[in-house]
Amino acid sequence: MSAVDITFYINAAIAIYAGWRVFVTDSMVRASFFLLISFLAVGVIMLLLAAVYLGVALFFMMAVEMMVMALFMVMFMMNPAGLNPMKMVHQEKVAIAAGVVAFAALSAVAVFGEFPSRTIPEGWQPVVSLGHELLGDSMLVFESAGVTLLATMIAVVMLTSHRGRYGDANHGSRPPGLEPGGDPADKPEETEEGGHHHHHHHH
Amino acid sequence: MTLPTLLIVSAALIGIGIYGTLSQQSFVMLMMGLELILNGAMLAAVSFWALTAAGAPEGQLLTIIAMAVMAIEMAMGFALVVAVYRAKQADTTEALDGLKH
Repeated sequence: MSAVDITFYINAAIAIYAGWRVFVTDSMVRASFFLLISFLAVGVIMLLLAAVYLGVALFFMMAVEMMVMALFMVMFMMNPAGLNPMKMVHQEKVAIAAGVVAFAALSAVAVFGEFPSRTIPEGWQPVVSLGHELLGDSMLVFESAGVTLLATMIAVVMLTSHRGRYGDANHGSRPPGLEPGGDPADKPEETEEGGHHHHHHHH
Repeated sequence: MTLPTLLIVSAALIGIGIYGTLSQQSFVMLMMGLELILNGAMLAAVSFWALTAAGAPEGQLLTIIAMAVMAIEMAMGFALVVAVYRAKQADTTEALDGLKH
C-alpha cells in the first residue's frame, strides 16, 4: 500500500467520521467545525487526485464559510456550549432509512457500474487546462455563475435588510443618550405631544 | 485509491447529508446536511474527472459550479433564516406550518 493510499484512507475515514459527528454532537458550533474538518479531508483527497486548484480553493472557501457558519450557530444556538445533550430531530427513522438507501444505491452504482479507466496523462497540467477552459470554451458557464452570485448578493441584502417590506432599516431604533437615560445625541425630540417638549422618554 | 472506494466515500457523505437534511429541526443544522450532500457530490465529480475522463477540464468546471451552488445555498439559506426569524421569531422547521395566504 502506497503513501497515497494510506493518506487517502485516513482522510476518507476522517471525512466520514466528522460528517457523522456533525449531527450527533451537542453543540452547534462544534457541529460546524466538524463539517469544516470533513470538508478539509475531502480537500486533501482532491489534492491526491491532482485537482490542485479545487482542493486549495475548497480549503480557503470552507475555512471562511465555516467561520460564518459558526457565527450563525452562536446566533441561533438553542444549547450554548453544548452543556446539555441536544437531539433536535424529527422523522428520524424515515431520515435514517433514506440516508441508508441513498448510500446503498450509490455504493451499488460505484461497485457494480462499469466506468472507463482513463487516468490523467503524464505531463498533463490540470490547473492550466482548467484556466484555458474557464476563460475559453466554458466562459459563458463561468460568467453565468458569476452573475448568479451577484444576483444572490442582491437578493441576500434585500432579504436581510430591514428596509422596504418590513419598514425602515432603523425603524424603532434609538441612538444612545448623551448622558445615561438622557436624550439621544442626534435626533430632535418627537413633537407629537405638543407642549411636553422637554419630557424625557424612557423606553 | 480506486474509483469504487472514492465513490463509496462520496456515497457515505451524501447518505449522511440526506439523513441530516431530513431529520434536523433547526434551519442551520438542516443547511449543514445540504452542505454535506454537496461535499459528497464534489468528491464524486473530482473522482470521475481524475480517473475516467483523462483530465478533461469540464470535470473541474463541474466542481467549480458545485462550489458556486454551495456558496449560493449558504448565502440564501442564512438570508432566509434571518428573514424568517425576523418575521416569525422561528428557527425550527416545525414553527413554519402555515402559509400566509
